[in-house]
Amino acid sequence: MATIIEPTIFELSSPGRRGVTMPASDVPETALPPKELLRSELPLPELAEVDVVRHYVKLSKFNYSVDDGFYPLGSCTMKYNPKINEDTCRLPGFLFTHPLQPIETVQGNLALMYELQEWLKEISGFAGVTLQPAAGAHGEFTGVLMMAAYHKSRGDTKRTKMLIPDAAHGTNPASVGMLGMSVVTIPSDERGNVDLKALEAACDDTVVGMMLTNPNTLGMFDENIEKVIELVHKCGGLMYGDGANLNALLGIVRPGDLGFDVMHFNLHKTFSVPHGGGGPGSGPVGVSQTLVDFLPAPLVGIIEEGDDDDETAPLYGFVTPKNSIGRMKAFHGHFGGGLVRAYTYIAMHGPDGLKDIAQYAVLNANYLQARLRGTYHIPYDRICMHEFVAEGRFEGSDVRALDISKRLMDYGFHPPTNYFPLIVPEALMIEPTETENKDALDRFADALIKIAEEARTQPDLLHNAPSTTKFGRMDEVKAARELVLCCWLPEDYSDQ
Amino acid sequence: MNIPTNLKYTKSDEWFDPSTGAAGITDYAQGQLSDIVFVEILVEAGEEVAVGKPIASVESVKASAEIYSPAAGKVSAVNKGLSEKPELINSDPYGEAWMIKIEGGAAGDVMDAAAYEKYCEGRTH
Repeated sequence: MATIIEPTIFELSSPGRRGVTMPASDVPETALPPKELLRSELPLPELAEVDVVRHYVKLSKFNYSVDDGFYPLGSCTMKYNPKINEDTCRLPGFLFTHPLQPIETVQGNLALMYELQEWLKEISGFAGVTLQPAAGAHGEFTGVLMMAAYHKSRGDTKRTKMLIPDAAHGTNPASVGMLGMSVVTIPSDERGNVDLKALEAACDDTVVGMMLTNPNTLGMFDENIEKVIELVHKCGGLMYGDGANLNALLGIVRPGDLGFDVMHFNLHKTFSVPHGGGGPGSGPVGVSQTLVDFLPAPLVGIIEEGDDDDETAPLYGFVTPKNSIGRMKAFHGHFGGGLVRAYTYIAMHGPDGLKDIAQYAVLNANYLQARLRGTYHIPYDRICMHEFVAEGRFEGSDVRALDISKRLMDYGFHPPTNYFPLIVPEALMIEPTETENKDALDRFADALIKIAEEARTQPDLLHNAPSTTKFGRMDEVKAARELVLCCWLPEDYSDQ
Repeated sequence: MNIPTNLKYTKSDEWFDPSTGAAGITDYAQGQLSDIVFVEILVEAGEEVAVGKPIASVESVKASAEIYSPAAGKVSAVNKGLSEKPELINSDPYGEAWMIKIEGGAAGDVMDAAAYEKYCEGRTH
């Protein structure tokens, strides 16, 4: 198979090439900082503008994105991102502002942030929202910091344990570990709910709280959610909601009403901020009345109401909650990339539109699940929410989830999430989102059903997949064991 | 599936050798994880471990997993070379890929080979 490899940008570099010619300095020169503070070398690639453009355009053609086609990557909510977001976030008033400008000169930006805080409160049922966190895991860390600050403020210092279900995203235990707390894993029961007996046994006065994704990573809405929250609250713990799967609930259920104390939003999942290339995310956090005083500072607030007939009123500015845990990020979060796009998305949909999102997301997932039932084993088989998990294996066959996913690429689809959640063997986690029409869902289901047939009749088609893509099966083991990220090596490395 | 009869096994797929005090992960576990690409032993010689305490962290191309101590006692040795060659866990899980040795180790809730084999079969389908 012919493989066309684009060299790395470092390999394309040639000394002296450049994109722009700087004019001669017209300001006085000053001495550099002492040598010890400077890097001895900074091996940046040297290229002309045309080389850089062609390099990245070429790489972009190797890529597959939501603008190419169906992208059912479970738990990531890879919905289509409306292009109007791109117009609004490039409006000069948003684009050409600086976070250090006097607040009187950025009232529009602050008004947008204030209103977004209010909308997220309304959508989630929480009493306060910070827009600062850079992404979901940063939001988790912010939330857990507030939980710790709450217990500490009450002199309740022996709480060190966080309860986390075995279906949780890996970021949950990681966020807890960052704070030096320990994790107690709570198993799921046979219906995919939190095992209430195990939870009850784990609840005591050393519990900080519980981190729960609802619907969970199996796509199941916890049927005992109120009981779960009651048990955690009864032992003095706080309830953290991982908002990764909020898409399933918009306009239907508000986590704040259920009794959650804190939850992060993934604006890049639920509210159509593009992601998938590693960012930028945006992870605002909402809190109940219990935690509003601990929110990070500053929040955007109204600092002068002004008169009704004054068209410049009110005056927006920054406010600091009473027991704030402090600043979580330089400046105010991912403003243009995240907040403006999410604001646009919410404004374009309105309350009824948001409800439609959740309903179509759930309908699409259930339609796909129904079409695949019987061909693929679905271990937690009940009405699902926005996603479901199937097993990528067949009795008497050596075909695995990875083979099925690679074969899907031959049919022109992005594969679903593989091998997660860990409680389902050979997991294929499928989240279609609301933006796909029935034709797309049918094409995907047809492909998966055909692949199941191929697994029986021509398993090598799967083992050797993908065969129609620019690159064939990647050697993931070699990639993980030999951590060389590019072909370019510093001189003193080359003889090793 | 290789399940030596002289060893004891945990539900979380660790093995323990009562005669030498050695511990590691089972053939079944390495098969489920597939190619292991990273291993870190989390305890040091001389440290006391309790049953269920994390002793190592293992990553494969599919998943990462914590490895828990199958016995209580004092760690007498750790397999320092293992992190250089994580693939040994795939090729020789009961031999070269031992992770730690526990002196005077008192095994926790463990099964014999026959019971463990049954336990693994129950999970295959």
